[in-house]
Amino acid sequence: MAVTDPPKIVTARMGHPDSHTLERYLATGGYDGLRKALTMTPEGVAAEVDAASLLGRGGAGFPAGRKWSMLRKNPVTYLVVNGDESEPATFKDHLLVERDPHQLIEGVVIAAYALQVSQVFIFLRGEFALGLERVQSALNDAYSHGAVGRDIFGSGFSVDVVLHPGAGAYICGEETALIESLEGKRGFPRIKPPFFPAAIGLYGDPTVVNNVETMSNLPWIITNGGAAFAALGGGRSTGTRLFALAGHVVNPGVFELQMVTTTFNDLINAPVLGGGIPHGRGLKAFIPGGVSAPWFGPDQIDLPLGQDEVAEAGSMLGSGSVVVMDDHTCAVRAAWRITKFFSRESCGQCTPCREGSGWLERIMERIERGQGREEDLDLLLDACDNISPGLSWPPQQTTICVLGPSIPSSITSAITMFRDEFLLHIKEGGCPYD
Amino acid sequence: MTDQTTSTNPAGEDVPVEEFEFTLDGQTVRARKGELLIAAAERAGTFVPRFCYHPRMKPVGVCRMCLVEVNGPRGSTLMPSCYIEATPGMDVVTESDKVKKAQDGVLEFLLINHPLDCPVCDKGGECPLQDQTLAYGPGESRFVEEKRHFEKPIPISELVLLDRERCIQCSRCTRFADEVAGEAQIDFIGRGEQIQIGTFPELPFTSYFSGNTVQICPVGALTAAPYRFAARPWDLDQVESTCTTCAVGCRVAVQSSSNRLTRLLGIDIDPVNHGWLCDKGRFAADSINSEDRLTEPMVRKDGSLVPVSWHEALEFVAQGLQAALAEGPESIGVIGGGRLTNEGAYAWARLAKGVLGTDSVDAQLGDGLPGELVLGLPRATIDQAASAATVILLTGDLREELPILFLRLRAAAVDGDLSIVELSPQATSLTAVADVSLRYGPGDVGALVDALVSGGTPPAAATDATALADARRLIGEGPVVVVVGRPSLAEDGELVAAAAQALAAALPDARFLPALRRGNVLGAIDMGLAPGLLPGRVSLETGRDWFEAAWGSVPASRGRGTSDILAAAAGDQTEGARVTALVVLGAEPLADFPDRRLARRALDGAEFVVAVATAPGELLDYADVVLPAAEAHERPGTTTNIEGRISRLGQKLVPPGQSWPDWMIAGELAVHLGQDLGFDSVGTVWDEIERTAVSHRGITRAVLDAHGAADGIVAPLRVSAVSLSRRSAPLDPMAVPGVESVERQGASMQAGLAASPDAATPGTATPTDASGPARPAMVSGPVVFDVPHVAPADGYSVRLVASRVLYDHGTSVGAVAALANLVPVGVLRANPHDLDDLGVTTGGEVRLRSTTATLVVPVEADPSLPRKVVAADFNVTLGDGTVADLIDRASPVVDLRMESL
Repeated sequence: MAVTDPPKIVTARMGHPDSHTLERYLATGGYDGLRKALTMTPEGVAAEVDAASLLGRGGAGFPAGRKWSMLRKNPVTYLVVNGDESEPATFKDHLLVERDPHQLIEGVVIAAYALQVSQVFIFLRGEFALGLERVQSALNDAYSHGAVGRDIFGSGFSVDVVLHPGAGAYICGEETALIESLEGKRGFPRIKPPFFPAAIGLYGDPTVVNNVETMSNLPWIITNGGAAFAALGGGRSTGTRLFALAGHVVNPGVFELQMVTTTFNDLINAPVLGGGIPHGRGLKAFIPGGVSAPWFGPDQIDLPLGQDEVAEAGSMLGSGSVVVMDDHTCAVRAAWRITKFFSRESCGQCTPCREGSGWLERIMERIERGQGREEDLDLLLDACDNISPGLSWPPQQTTICVLGPSIPSSITSAITMFRDEFLLHIKEGGCPYD
Repeated sequence: MTDQTTSTNPAGEDVPVEEFEFTLDGQTVRARKGELLIAAAERAGTFVPRFCYHPRMKPVGVCRMCLVEVNGPRGSTLMPSCYIEATPGMDVVTESDKVKKAQDGVLEFLLINHPLDCPVCDKGGECPLQDQTLAYGPGESRFVEEKRHFEKPIPISELVLLDRERCIQCSRCTRFADEVAGEAQIDFIGRGEQIQIGTFPELPFTSYFSGNTVQICPVGALTAAPYRFAARPWDLDQVESTCTTCAVGCRVAVQSSSNRLTRLLGIDIDPVNHGWLCDKGRFAADSINSEDRLTEPMVRKDGSLVPVSWHEALEFVAQGLQAALAEGPESIGVIGGGRLTNEGAYAWARLAKGVLGTDSVDAQLGDGLPGELVLGLPRATIDQAASAATVILLTGDLREELPILFLRLRAAAVDGDLSIVELSPQATSLTAVADVSLRYGPGDVGALVDALVSGGTPPAAATDATALADARRLIGEGPVVVVVGRPSLAEDGELVAAAAQALAAALPDARFLPALRRGNVLGAIDMGLAPGLLPGRVSLETGRDWFEAAWGSVPASRGRGTSDILAAAAGDQTEGARVTALVVLGAEPLADFPDRRLARRALDGAEFVVAVATAPGELLDYADVVLPAAEAHERPGTTTNIEGRISRLGQKLVPPGQSWPDWMIAGELAVHLGQDLGFDSVGTVWDEIERTAVSHRGITRAVLDAHGAADGIVAPLRVSAVSLSRRSAPLDPMAVPGVESVERQGASMQAGLAASPDAATPGTATPTDASGPARPAMVSGPVVFDVPHVAPADGYSVRLVASRVLYDHGTSVGAVAALANLVPVGVLRANPHDLDDLGVTTGGEVRLRSTTATLVVPVEADPSLPRKVVAADFNVTLGDGTVADLIDRASPVVDLRMESL
């Protein structure tokens, strides 16, 4: 099977200029999954999702069906959809909300039915101006169509869905910070335990938080059955997944690919996918799952796109964003840029993250600008160790949320893989790539 | 693993507590169910360093300084010990290499952007960041970058300055403002490294409790304007005492340098203030340093006061009083005394009642409640109020009058199970947390209480049947505590007193907390500075034999209260003797007495005015002799709070010039009047109080000196064994910064005492159980007093409510520059419909006519007021006068004509 073969589960309608409209959606089987779900029991819907073995697409990769079945014992009050996609180089949900908002809404209502909740909040990144407009107008149409609201399709099941724009903070993608923000407070992550959303979530009630892409898979799963989904992919990583490919490739973009059966090499180099690295340059490194993930080198390019497979190799598939760096890339500058992002986006609550991120960023900048000292490398690693003790993967942390331990990944990867490059900056008093 | 032990609850009962064992650094220790790990470790003797954790606030776990290693099924993880509860069998390590590295790392992170301007920082020397860096931190910084910079400092209020560079973002201040004070006026702005504390645009930090944020700030980010650069902690000497700015009785550390008071800090005691102070208590104490303090006795000669010796002044007073005595003892009136120590109040009571023979003695200035009523009602403690099922508020705004009682009740209502039923003519600071708020117009309080407990017809302002029914249900739900004070100074206090008595009759199990305001007014009443009372909470009649034996004589009959004393001095009384001599004990009748015109006429009319005062004021214009007195923090002794809690006052300063403590002035004056009271130290006065005041029996100096009595002793002692709870010495130097080494009580009252405390005072016949009269019974149960009749208002008038405001034109506020700016300009509040009728809106002016004065005043719409009821704050300017100009003490309520200009 070629990499281009897999069925399109969440991107089937992409390419139609009117893919976001109710008309196009209905014309292509829209809301059939919901109609089917409403004929099933809520337990039956949850069981189908469990059978699909759908892993959460937000980054942590927890099986959605299992999350729900745990909560079925302890009734859930709210379903919250996390659409606060704000990390550099991560843009797969962006596509889903702009191009196929009804698919998201249908998934949301299916999940609400499975969980028997009557109130859903979709928290969308505030900068998604078009996405917000499209999801809101799709919601309005869905209400008119009877797919959302009171007595959906005459089933007796009712749910309200509210769209809530974020206010410009990356940290609100962390589910407990998102909940705080939804409650109208500062986006400060809550301490877990005890504030696991499933136990104490929105307004103190049990809450399920799921990602946009996770929700968007549900109509297909219900229509085609969980087993059909589970037949795709491999191992625990079933189905297809959206990969946001960015950086030094001929053809950056979002690709829906089967998990595990496809490799990073396919994604980056296949002519119909990434199309390889431009200008005939070589691969220096790539980040396999968002900028908080440790980096991989060229020798790991044949790793399959699977959650467990990447984890075993010491990184994570995370949010499915892959950043490619060619051999003209300055590793110091790349790591500095990522550190700068985390420093600006730290919520400021915990000392190690708030102060550590700023310090690391300033050291990285100093090295990049040629003012580094050899002892700075040990200092960087030790300061990183004070945020994430042991610098192991998966990381330990001295902070409330995982933004803290995300900071060291790029720095430790860059130092481990490209120590000589750091030393060259220091020796030459400047960036050798300038 | 778990078992039961007992602990004493706020109501004084033993309650079972579930305890269990867990492992702390390899040792087996005990914790209580629900106890935070950091607190359990501290009780077990292990201090875990911390910045954001504060034992009186909810944890947030953000500074990450208190990380400890918890060994669990998934290996060891670093957990914030301030956030997680100890659980049975938990295995906790606080001193592993992993923990030490984390602590070291957090301190290094905290210091990278910290300016390290310790040499010019107020906090230097008592700084938790300094101290914990020394104990747990890295020796040297590896930080070579540019630090974060902010403009420094910026004022966030008149009293508090913020240095953002020093801030470590622990959120103690923001949590205090939100959780404890209930005023979220400060919060974080921005994020990441740029996160900072700020106020909202155009809105300053106006909380009355802002000084607490300075005290609990673990660095020098928040500094108090009055204290900034005033002293270094190591130059300060300190003693523990009680704040007597109001009658709540907060424990404080009084700090001084070179005989100047530099600072008060709140001390955390469970029964009263939990470590908090109001800004008036904290900062008004600075008035003690005023250059204007009275330092020499003065006598009026040729129209002006000239300094004289104490001997000459006392001789002059003795002659003046003896001249007045020629017309009978009731021609002498003694007013004031709420600012004295118990010993000062007792000495003056004995001088007035035992030596001069007058019963016209009143510590309250027409702004309180009848003394017998206060003593006759079953008294509650603050803890009992906070742990009651329901509190009935029949008082003024507690945030304005007794601020820390407000905090305690607010916390009990917000975090606990307390229900609040408010009976008030206007909205107060507790209205927002009250379960039911019932309104009434002046004069209708009796009808409202009658409607509440006896099903009578409610007054016009409280006809909401649902609210009344809710209130009745809440009152029936369990222990009830009634906070009774003066909702309005323009309404006769006996109307409220009668309403309180009606509540006591209808709710026999209810207890009462008197919301009287002046520092030691309850002590003064206990000591007999009230008409018809003698020391020890006994009435003149029941105590007559006992005190005749102790003192030689007592007044023949009941005397007058302040209002009648002033009327008799002004020549208004047709019955009884005219008052020709007025002795004013630490009071300012022109500012304190509700009817300002009467106070002025009385001072004009009295032939001989003696002012015992600490600072100059309007009174001195009328005084024939001025006796300078020492004030709080300048003399030892005891004070009594609203609960009847007696606590030791520490002396930190030497009184200025020749000023004396009040007990000494009374004692020396007695000698000039031909009688030696036998007091040669404050301790001997207390010994006599313990012997003669039946309510204080058993509360000996030895008991008061005991370490376990540091929180005070509630009088009378219970018959059961006295449980002197030992205040646990906190390991946490941050709980109350700088106070852990307070010398608890200052010099003992034993100091300088020649005679043994048990020896009989020479020249005094001491009643004993074996011989002499029987011990008198204390006042209890209902008392009889005249309740004035209130005529219904005519349709053209509005009725006046005069309420207290914390910062007013009182002496102490006026003497402190930082507070003087905070005194509000008075405004007349009125129901918006009544303003509409006049065609006036907020910001406009109306003319007010009373029987005594006409004022033009600014108005503000206040929808919480019933129709035809207007309200204004007492002792601040109101238009071209003050509200006291409008009040006529002869009428039980004040009806005004409100007219458009």
